[in-house]
Amino acid sequence: MTQAVEMLGITKTFPGVVANDHIDFSAAKSETHGLLGENGAGKTVLMSILYGLYRPDSGRIMVDGEEIRMDSPATAIRHGIGMVHQHFMLVPSLTVAENVVLGNEVTRSRVVLDTKRASDEVRVFSERCNLKVDPDAPVHTLTVGVQQRVEIIKALHRGAEILILDEPTAILTPQEVEELMKAIRALKAQGKTVIFISHKLREVLSICDRVTVLKKGRLVGTVKTGETSLSQLATMMVDRQVLEVFKKKTVQGAGAVLNVEDLQAVDDRGLPALKGITFDISVSEILGLAGVEGNGQSELVEALTGLRRVRGGRILLNKIDITAASPEKRIRLGVSHVPADRNREGLIPDFSVMENLILGSQSEEPFARRHTVLDYGAASRYADGLIADYSISTPGRETPVRNLSGGTQQRVVLAREFSRNPKLIIAYQPTRGLDIGATEYVRGKLVEMRDNGCAVLLISADLDEIRALSDRIAVIFEGRIVALKDPKKTDEEELGLLMAGGKVD
Amino acid sequence: MTEMGEGGHREIGLSPRLLAEIRSGLMRMLPQVIAVVAAFIVGAVVLAVTGYDPVDAYAMMLRGAFGDIYGIGQTLTKATPIIFTALAFLFAMKSGLFNIGAEGQLVIGAFAAALVGISFDGLPALIHVPLALLAGALAGGAWGFIPAVLKAKLGAHEVITTMMLSYVATYLTSYMVNYPFKAPGWVAQTVPLDPSAQLPRILPPTQLSASFIIAIILVALTYIILQKTTLGYEVRASGLNPVAAESGGINVKRTMIIALVVSGAMAGLGGAGEVMGVHDRFIEGFSPGYGWDGLAVALVGGLHPVGVVIAAILFGALRSGGMTMTRVTHVPLDIVVILQSLVIIFVAAPMLIRYLLRWREHKG
Amino acid sequence: MNIIDIINVGLFAATLRMATPITLAALGGIFSERVGVVNIALEGMMLTSAFTGVAISYYTGNPWLGVLAAVAVGGLLGLIHAILTVTFKGNQIVSGTGINIFALGFTPYMSQIIWASRGASSSVNSIKAISIPILDDIPIIGEILGNQTPLVYVMIVLAFIAQFVLFKTPIGLRIRAVGEHPAAADTAGISVVRVKYLGVVVSGMLAGLGGVFLSLGQLSLFTWGMTGGRGFIALAAMIFGRWMPLGAFGASLMFGFADALQMRIQSLGLLPPQMVLMLPYILTIVALAGVVRKATPPSDYKPYDKG
Repeated sequence: MTQAVEMLGITKTFPGVVANDHIDFSAAKSETHGLLGENGAGKTVLMSILYGLYRPDSGRIMVDGEEIRMDSPATAIRHGIGMVHQHFMLVPSLTVAENVVLGNEVTRSRVVLDTKRASDEVRVFSERCNLKVDPDAPVHTLTVGVQQRVEIIKALHRGAEILILDEPTAILTPQEVEELMKAIRALKAQGKTVIFISHKLREVLSICDRVTVLKKGRLVGTVKTGETSLSQLATMMVDRQVLEVFKKKTVQGAGAVLNVEDLQAVDDRGLPALKGITFDISVSEILGLAGVEGNGQSELVEALTGLRRVRGGRILLNKIDITAASPEKRIRLGVSHVPADRNREGLIPDFSVMENLILGSQSEEPFARRHTVLDYGAASRYADGLIADYSISTPGRETPVRNLSGGTQQRVVLAREFSRNPKLIIAYQPTRGLDIGATEYVRGKLVEMRDNGCAVLLISADLDEIRALSDRIAVIFEGRIVALKDPKKTDEEELGLLMAGGKVD
Repeated sequence: MTEMGEGGHREIGLSPRLLAEIRSGLMRMLPQVIAVVAAFIVGAVVLAVTGYDPVDAYAMMLRGAFGDIYGIGQTLTKATPIIFTALAFLFAMKSGLFNIGAEGQLVIGAFAAALVGISFDGLPALIHVPLALLAGALAGGAWGFIPAVLKAKLGAHEVITTMMLSYVATYLTSYMVNYPFKAPGWVAQTVPLDPSAQLPRILPPTQLSASFIIAIILVALTYIILQKTTLGYEVRASGLNPVAAESGGINVKRTMIIALVVSGAMAGLGGAGEVMGVHDRFIEGFSPGYGWDGLAVALVGGLHPVGVVIAAILFGALRSGGMTMTRVTHVPLDIVVILQSLVIIFVAAPMLIRYLLRWREHKG
Repeated sequence: MNIIDIINVGLFAATLRMATPITLAALGGIFSERVGVVNIALEGMMLTSAFTGVAISYYTGNPWLGVLAAVAVGGLLGLIHAILTVTFKGNQIVSGTGINIFALGFTPYMSQIIWASRGASSSVNSIKAISIPILDDIPIIGEILGNQTPLVYVMIVLAFIAQFVLFKTPIGLRIRAVGEHPAAADTAGISVVRVKYLGVVVSGMLAGLGGVFLSLGQLSLFTWGMTGGRGFIALAAMIFGRWMPLGAFGASLMFGFADALQMRIQSLGLLPPQMVLMLPYILTIVALAGVVRKATPPSDYKPYDKG
């Protein structure tokens, strides 16, 4: 039986890293094939090569037995390959129909866009494949789950027979994941081949016929899902056992550090994002905030760090009202922030390690004499100390931070934020994009700060992380806290339901 | 130099490190040097195609600029205001803002200084000179403040607002010097400044004045501010990554306003220097585009204060040598502007330079 | 002398004329920004084209050849801007500034070579105004619209065509996609580079048309710096018009009105010329201050890196 797609000996290097190292991969017609591996294993790169976004350094690609030179997405599309990326490739101001036909436009007399016909064609796919969308809605008004459906319809509209889904469930609620699984089964029934990239073992096992495992750019093996198990796959994926449970000191409650009362704020578009948030965090407590991205988390973080003005409600830090305080004042009062996007929000890439380590304290003693002149001697000593304490692997304190690895960069952020002896730490996706070692380190450090008296607000899309680290779990949905749970008394299903706005009685 | 995973490496000994730093400094300047060379080559083509001998023209330029003490003096004189406007552009650029209105800030500063210079007599020079300089700086600073506030509060793009204000400054000063403050006679200029407000010449018989010294001091000051003070740190942080800077507690908007005001003040100071040191009065059109020169010089100088001085001397040479060139070879003076624009264009394309470098590597 | 000497039908006819170069340049700005490339070189493109038109008309005696050449030169400068910013990923503001300064040096240089004068060229054949038969008999409207240089009518038509192309045709869809989300366009199989080049070159051509209007359409010669900052006012018109062609047209009419008014006031000697000349620039600043808060540019201006 000819495979629908075959990739032989694919190698791809980027500066400093071998993303794919002589990988062989194949998927049969009507097969749902999982591509499994940790973050950074090379899954997306491999499929991007299949989709013509990258050219491999060496190797061959065959579609339906015919060797193809995949030099662009246009070529891939021509051969029936479609890809739905992790970050959506949708133009926000255009409608669903316009996005679907982009590049393949439906026209009247070749000059004018035929928007009605485009709409109708979208409707046809929508019904046939169990993917509900409104063709005339502007994409920026749609939820993430719906946008994903648009992406799939887009690929189908171009005649995709082979559909690559890159981490499709990363941003979905458990219920939306079920909807997606149904859609994939419908696609399979129509003879489509689906390649399912994921690092989530359970999902891969449940929906895929076969699964290929990658580790650090190399092929580990391909197995039938019927003939393998969770633990076997996990062993194939990682080098060592993942520390699932963190030992934490049991601490007596000692009063609230952070009180958030009925907090209201709007997002960048002026729409309400926080509709009355109320919660508190005590000394030596990690409050995990679970929720699907886009329900107000980033606005909450910005409100707490002083980057966003609030429309109503109060924020109290150790009884001091900081609702309208500047970011600088909050830092002085003991608020620390580990941002979700360290390169954009946490670090200044062109600044040296030392300069980044004093960010936020640059006008304070002892780094600034009389608040104006920088004392490099003091800054250097401070930096050297932190580099040692946090084992920051850098050639020197003058090295620009952009030259460091992701894990090392995160250590710089942690070193800066934690060494200020904060009272409150806001950690927003602190382990995103980090490898196993770095992830463990960050989690360990958070627990250590908590044990030493810090209040921690942990916001993460990783439910496992939340459940492993939190003393209490709050669920945020559409700008409100809809539940407060004891991690020992709840499970993934219940949390998933709450994250999607469901009610639990 | 990508660091992946554990384990760095330490540099052994001082000497190799120093050599490496010098080499990297030179390497950093290489794109700019190539840009200048490329510009002169294209300029030569333009000259040749329009019937002039490029070798003659360039030779005359060189002779006029550096041939004798008079030439050198004039070169430095012309370089002086360019240093001010280049620093102005540089300082704003470090905070992430494009100040292309240095020309207007220069002119308004010049007029303000002239105003102070002609309004008082009997003031001791020790008071009059700093007062006039201060007026120039304040006027330029005000001209930077307006676009700064518009940008901070309303998001108005500073490229357009600084440009527009430049036109306003030109017309405003033109009005001033053609009507209320016009000196008797045909020329649109003010009466001479009171001698107590004039800056001494430091290299007679050239026009080189103490303004040049002020410029050099300003260069050093700029470097110190940017590298050694909290303000400089905050300016650089705001320019490199405003989001992270904001998160780190820096008031980015306020920093940007300060940067643009300082930027305008620097240009204004340059204008004051011209009026007080070179012309001894405000003359309409005294600036043949020093503001634009400053922009080019800042870029060619790699946005580094020392590079700025070198590049400013180069452009000053173009202007002073250009006059000799025009007088002798009759090549229109505008070739100087063309050369400057070519430098900017080649500097704007860093990858182009890298392509050229790689191409030369392949051949060599 | 009363108000009717200033505010009369002639003023509105002049408004349309003054608005023409600004609209054309603004349309150019829109096409460039819509593909994600900031083009502040509109001024330089206009100036160089104004010069080119006169030069070609001088050598061939045919002003329409001059117009053609001007548009071509505008497109050429657009091509250079595109090469620098799209292929070589250079800074867009710096490239634009370079082109502007180039124009400031090149035009008087060539002027000196051709006519031995840096300040002004000799008089050349220019484009004559025409009357549209039925239209110019209508009172008031006829006086405004019925008797103008053909380029004015071209401008009005182009504004509508541009609006149509941008929002109702496949290429317009692609232009908007490339500017707003180049990665999306790329994965849809569109050549991002080609569309960007198209946008920027068209931008140069439109600016060129606007420039040659000043030299051949309104006058019959070239003078030093005759664009007088209109390329920058066009950017303001573009922002004011929310990056939509018809919006920019409307905004340009406003600026054209200011320009026409300023000329009228100047010719009547009411105020010193400089005070009046300042008006459009101040108006632009005020306009930007009042409008920009609500206007978000449609594009992602970063150079596109496929990696």
